[in-house]
Amino acid sequence: MRSNFPSLKTGTAALAAATIAAGGGAYADPEGTLTIISDMSNPGPRAVMEGLAAEFDALHPNLEVDLTIVDREAWKTQIRNALSANPPDVINWYAANRMAPYVNAGLFMDITDWWEAGDYAGLESVRGALTMNGAQWGVPYTYYQWGVYYREDIFNELGLSEPATWEEELANCQVIVDSGRACYTIGTRYLWTAGGWFDYLNMRTNGFDFHMALARGEVPWTDDRVRATFANWRQLIDMGAFIADHQTYSWQEALPFMVNGEATAYLMGNFAVDQLRNAGLTDDQLDFYQFPIITGGLPQGEDAPTDTFHVASGAQNVEAARAFLRFVTSAEVQTRINGPDGLGQLPVNANASVADDEFIRQGFEMLSRNAQGGIAQFFDRDWPAEMAAVGMEGLQEFMVFPDNLDDILVRLEQARQRIY
Amino acid sequence: MRTAIAETDKRRGGHTWMQHNRMIITPILFLLPGVLFFAVYVVIPIFQSFHISLYRWDGLGEAAWIGLANYEELLTDRNFDIALWNNAKWLVLYLLAVPAGLFIALFLNQTVVGIRLYKSLFFFPFVLSQVVVGLVFSWFYLPREGLLNTIITSLGLESINILGDPVLATYGIIAAGLWPQTAYCMILYLTGLNAVDPEQVEAGRLDGAKGWRMLWYVILPQLKPATFIAFVVTIIGALRSFDLISVMTNGGPFGSTRVLSFYMFERALSEFGFRMGYGSAIAVVLFFIMLAFIAYVLYAMWRDDHEARR
Repeated sequence: MRSNFPSLKTGTAALAAATIAAGGGAYADPEGTLTIISDMSNPGPRAVMEGLAAEFDALHPNLEVDLTIVDREAWKTQIRNALSANPPDVINWYAANRMAPYVNAGLFMDITDWWEAGDYAGLESVRGALTMNGAQWGVPYTYYQWGVYYREDIFNELGLSEPATWEEELANCQVIVDSGRACYTIGTRYLWTAGGWFDYLNMRTNGFDFHMALARGEVPWTDDRVRATFANWRQLIDMGAFIADHQTYSWQEALPFMVNGEATAYLMGNFAVDQLRNAGLTDDQLDFYQFPIITGGLPQGEDAPTDTFHVASGAQNVEAARAFLRFVTSAEVQTRINGPDGLGQLPVNANASVADDEFIRQGFEMLSRNAQGGIAQFFDRDWPAEMAAVGMEGLQEFMVFPDNLDDILVRLEQARQRIY
Repeated sequence: MRTAIAETDKRRGGHTWMQHNRMIITPILFLLPGVLFFAVYVVIPIFQSFHISLYRWDGLGEAAWIGLANYEELLTDRNFDIALWNNAKWLVLYLLAVPAGLFIALFLNQTVVGIRLYKSLFFFPFVLSQVVVGLVFSWFYLPREGLLNTIITSLGLESINILGDPVLATYGIIAAGLWPQTAYCMILYLTGLNAVDPEQVEAGRLDGAKGWRMLWYVILPQLKPATFIAFVVTIIGALRSFDLISVMTNGGPFGSTRVLSFYMFERALSEFGFRMGYGSAIAVVLFFIMLAFIAYVLYAMWRDDHEARR
């Protein structure tokens, strides 16, 4: 096991002190076995999860932690079986509407009482993402910003600066296209990347509240405001802003375009930074800016997908599960697991400290100061699963054949009427 | 002592119930495990699919009876039409593997130095997993780096993105599937050619048959069993095209390469699929298509058997 937790004993002592200080002394020491199924299967996150389990195990002498790590992609379909038959105590999942099927089927435990009891001090700002039907169904453990990652060196070479408005964005892009490059790389083979573009364009064109109303199915897809979003998108498509043949590439396969300098920017989540650095780009070549403003005066909404822990409603060891959730979300653990040696993302606890990394810092600034509109989870988490699938397919088709827009919107509208 | 005598009496008389019905019991016992597994894993799920297809169910919560609404929706679902047509394309074009396999087999059916090596090289793609075949071909088709486009552009033509084009993508995948399938048909024909009666060929030659006429009137009739098997495995292969599609395009671009089995999986079991009822309705349609083929195959086998006996 890679050790992110060199000083297990001091960490434990510090945590114990913190717990007592927070007035949590009333909880009985959990015993028995705590079963956890985690989807943190990539090497970095896996080490973090294994470290968490080992540390929690050491913290409670009478408790044994039984951790199973499942492939992250496979877990998206396996969760159903895992929850229905002989469920574990604690599992990983995602916030917002992605919870809906399991909440509605009664497979997640309602943990509103734990939130009310003050288990999660410092998590108030993210409570909304875990709320459904007026109750809370889990806790977050990490999140990350989305935004435009760009090649600073190419911007300098072309004399461009970070665009703040749509006009500047289009002007920038024209210069980039004229220099023989594409403004944006993107790989839409697995569809969701196009969802990110729609999220931002729609939030900037019509505002966060409209965006969420559309997600809740309250606005028809054929609405003129939705068309306005697509019209803005089309401006970029028509000027050749996106790389060709993006429907053939996955998001990773689209990275080399940016690394080779054939495209100058990538609208992506912060997890792309690691890959770009590994591909040889230095922090001098790489920078980040918030998606530019389109309609002036609208407070900016941001995508910041949150990954979560939930307790299964059939959990055997509820006390231990409760203690584990408190442990994971505590400021001290949050600082460590989201640090540069851990996940390299943003801690969910307001009292935790943010890692000293150029991009994490910028993301943290942006989300805490410049996202008054609200925080969205992402297209495939805010929309109901079925609508998300149909929707993202339509978005991909639009990016390849913008002329099909009317047909696509009619199809999405039919799906909306059926699904909600 | 008395009991032992009774036992031997019994054995001698051979009048136990078991012994009486031996001829019936034994085959039933032998069949039982197979029948049991076939029932649990094949027959019962088929009827369950029929049943579930009449419900709206997300696989987790309560199922709601909606009658034939899933089937009505299928009628107006454009994605279903696309998948159905793609299935038809697969069935027709995949059969090209049969004549292609025959001609390669005829070509390889000669005695030159190293023929075994050539044969194994031709058979090689069939040994590869479908996933590997899919990956190799998707690299071959890559819009910029792919070998295909390197060739095309060196000829001064415009490069094409086969797997990114909703019209061409399905044909691109079928072409990939034909590679191993042709090898399979080839091996079937090679073994068939071993059994061709040299006397008949000799007789044909004396009668002046050559080339195509020899092939059509003398060789092919003797290859009929091989042809039959080649057809059957190819049709089954066409209906099992799931893995190639999943690897090469994942059903895209925008759903244009889905076949029924893939569409069923997407709607019912994939990351965003929560419509067990709708998926089951698709499965039922697929079942009837397969049933038609299987019924034909069984009929053809029965007929051949019948004729052979006469």
